Amino acid sequence: MDRHNWRSLLRPILVRLLQALLVALIVGALGFALMAALPGDQAFRLAAARYGPDMGDATAAALVREELGLDRPRAVQFLDWIGQLLRLDLGHSLVTGEPVLEELRGQLGHTLSLAAVALPLSAILGLPLGILSGLHPSGLADRVTLGLSVLLRAVPAYALGLLLVAVFSIRLGWLPPAGFEGWREFILPGLTLALGLAALSARVTRDSVAAVSTAPYMAFARWKGLPERAAVLRHGLRNAAIPVVALLGFQLIGLIEGLIIVESLFSWPGIGHALVHAIFARDVPVVQGAALLMGLLFVLVNALVDLACATIDPRRARAGA
Amino acid sequence: MRRRSLGSLGAALGASLLPEVSRSHTPSASRSDGERVLRIVSPFEFAGPDPARSGSVFSRMGIGEMLLGADPEGRPVPMLAAHWSVSPDGLLWRFEIRSGVHFHDDSPVTPEAAASSLRHARAAASPLSRVPIMSIDAEGEEVLVRLSRPFAPLPAFLANYASMILAPSAYGADGRVRAVIGTGPYRVDRFAPPLQLDVARFEGWWGPRPAVGRASYLVVGQGEARASMAESGRADLTMALQPVTVARLRRSPRVELRMVPVPRTRLLKLNAASPLFSDLRVRKALSLAVDREGIAAALLRNPAVAADQLFPPTMPEWHDETAAAGRDLARARELLAEAGWRPGHDGILINGKGLRFRTTCVTFITWPELLPIATALQAQFREIGVEMTVSIGNSSDIPLGHRDGTLEMALLARNYVLVPDPFGTLVQDFGPEGGDWGAMGWSSPDLDGLLRRLAEGPPHDEQRDLRQRSARILREELPVIPIAWSELGIAIGRDLANVTVDPFETSFRLHEITWAG
Repeated sequence: MDRHNWRSLLRPILVRLLQALLVALIVGALGFALMAALPGDQAFRLAAARYGPDMGDATAAALVREELGLDRPRAVQFLDWIGQLLRLDLGHSLVTGEPVLEELRGQLGHTLSLAAVALPLSAILGLPLGILSGLHPSGLADRVTLGLSVLLRAVPAYALGLLLVAVFSIRLGWLPPAGFEGWREFILPGLTLALGLAALSARVTRDSVAAVSTAPYMAFARWKGLPERAAVLRHGLRNAAIPVVALLGFQLIGLIEGLIIVESLFSWPGIGHALVHAIFARDVPVVQGAALLMGLLFVLVNALVDLACATIDPRRARAGA
Repeated sequence: MRRRSLGSLGAALGASLLPEVSRSHTPSASRSDGERVLRIVSPFEFAGPDPARSGSVFSRMGIGEMLLGADPEGRPVPMLAAHWSVSPDGLLWRFEIRSGVHFHDDSPVTPEAAASSLRHARAAASPLSRVPIMSIDAEGEEVLVRLSRPFAPLPAFLANYASMILAPSAYGADGRVRAVIGTGPYRVDRFAPPLQLDVARFEGWWGPRPAVGRASYLVVGQGEARASMAESGRADLTMALQPVTVARLRRSPRVELRMVPVPRTRLLKLNAASPLFSDLRVRKALSLAVDREGIAAALLRNPAVAADQLFPPTMPEWHDETAAAGRDLARARELLAEAGWRPGHDGILINGKGLRFRTTCVTFITWPELLPIATALQAQFREIGVEMTVSIGNSSDIPLGHRDGTLEMALLARNYVLVPDPFGTLVQDFGPEGGDWGAMGWSSPDLDGLLRRLAEGPPHDEQRDLRQRSARILREELPVIPIAWSELGIAIGRDLANVTVDPFETSFRLHEITWAG
């Protein structure tokens, strides 16, 4: 790899690092402001989350307030958080008392393992249907895929999840509706996420393939005598893949949004589940930590997608050669 | 080249995270010795290792023990304390620690370790923190608890899960609990709050060796999902079944269903300082307007849980069989008219000062049945001209609203045996200042006197009389309106034998369970 290539790779990485830093600051400040703006008293919320309704009363709330210094001005509390962050310390959960970093590490594992099932599953479901539809626009496959996509995008993830649980767990008894121990437990939450994602990726793939299959270079490939199969494999797929890969990155937003709902629905001990719990409990350090991690993940995936797009783009490969 | 470097970057990222994943996803059946795992599914999450926060789960799973336990009638029985006594003036209690007991880290249970755990519990938001304790010390083989005034129900407070005795190594340098190292028949194998806890038999336990070697506790919040896990054999012991799923599970050949009455009462908390509820006749009218049988039969699927009084029949010392509170709309309307409330043009009551009878009932989703009950009450109160809106929020909205005085009405479920003696909850809920989960703007010098006398530890016959009189005051003055009692629905897999249910919900009694066949 020559110097020019190194520089072209390093520059975006540096830009992304700067972005990551900005994301950390903005997420931190925004998260803090939003948590402060929520109704309810933080000490009472924390007392309820820590001790449950039976013991979570005003006496418990007073103890919590004193222990955590919640009476201090918000600005001081925020600066404290920034100071800790600079020391790479995310503090302790106000509910469990455990270090946030440790909690997030465990949760990230669960979240990524679920995402690692959902993303390929969505690709397996969405891409072939999209390619098939794109090769024969307005054909039967295209129309069926369109109908399915609209339906799946219109149904919210929690409703889809409940429907899958009702059918596959309660009615048929084939799959567990909860738990996270073995491979069977991955299927329903993974499928709930994947179906929503596949609905979108199938349509984008279809449009991309349809556009590419009528592109001049495909016409040229056919004209020079390549069989259709070879033309699609050699010239079509690679070109059509660029917007699709970009979309897969974009889908991370959908994935994160879906994860929060799906993890809560299936009692999956990932970051989404923790984030929802922490917001209800006003566990600010956990909310901040989870939001920060999601923000940084987002930057990382965007960076990887940019790299991947640059790598598969045939024009670029030729320019570098 | 570039592609490979991308791939290796992904692989490195994956590898850095995968150990965590693979470790936490080891299927339980294949772990270590291959011993069969008893799988418990429950809706109750746990938060960290501190017994004040998660002790109810540690105690249920047989991880931690207290100085004392409670028999089915709520009377104290020995646990880590083999004997106990109280001085004639009622101010000094002595608890003799059972000899030869070890913590899960093999260190011996000493009076100093026990005293230190109790001091920790006392500093936390625990029932013990509400006891008039002056000091907790170790002396010889005993733990000494000195009180500032006599407090006869102390043993019940020591039986609460927050008073769990943990090893000295369980606490960090800052005094926080770092790990759950108890003395129970099971030790922690995997601790993954808030959803999963695995335990393994502790071979050094002081009691008989349990038959079940391993157990896992999994939190599943959705009632339907829990029922489905029981039905499909994915759970051996399924806790807190919802009424709607019970009928279906009864038909399942895989499980035995048990409904156990538990002393948790769903009730309406009223702000008796509000102009709407200050008149006893109004509170009585509201109580008469409630169709308890209807709610119990339609929403809770058991007419027997209709609560005509605060304490269920399973608490005979507090329950009065002769009391009854049926629905009587005509009498309710009469009482409201006597109190100066007349129906306006739209049927909603208005009093002489032009105040409309419009109120908000705050409730929360910890117990899913509260919501439909609130909606039923809304319709039933509308029949006597009371307009009630339902506000669904967090459980903490109720204590907060109580303290800032904004609360008018709340629907909640209150556990009267958080400490095995209901006195502990009563004194907290119906004292001179009221209580966050009890009376608001209401107090009774008579009740205070009765509770004070109970604290002094009178002879048993007098105790029963004091309890009955206390319950009667609450029944007649209605600072809170009881709606329905509770039952704990449990599905027990046919593979299990010797399963018994603790009505105080302090233990699953795993150490008594055996595998059938």
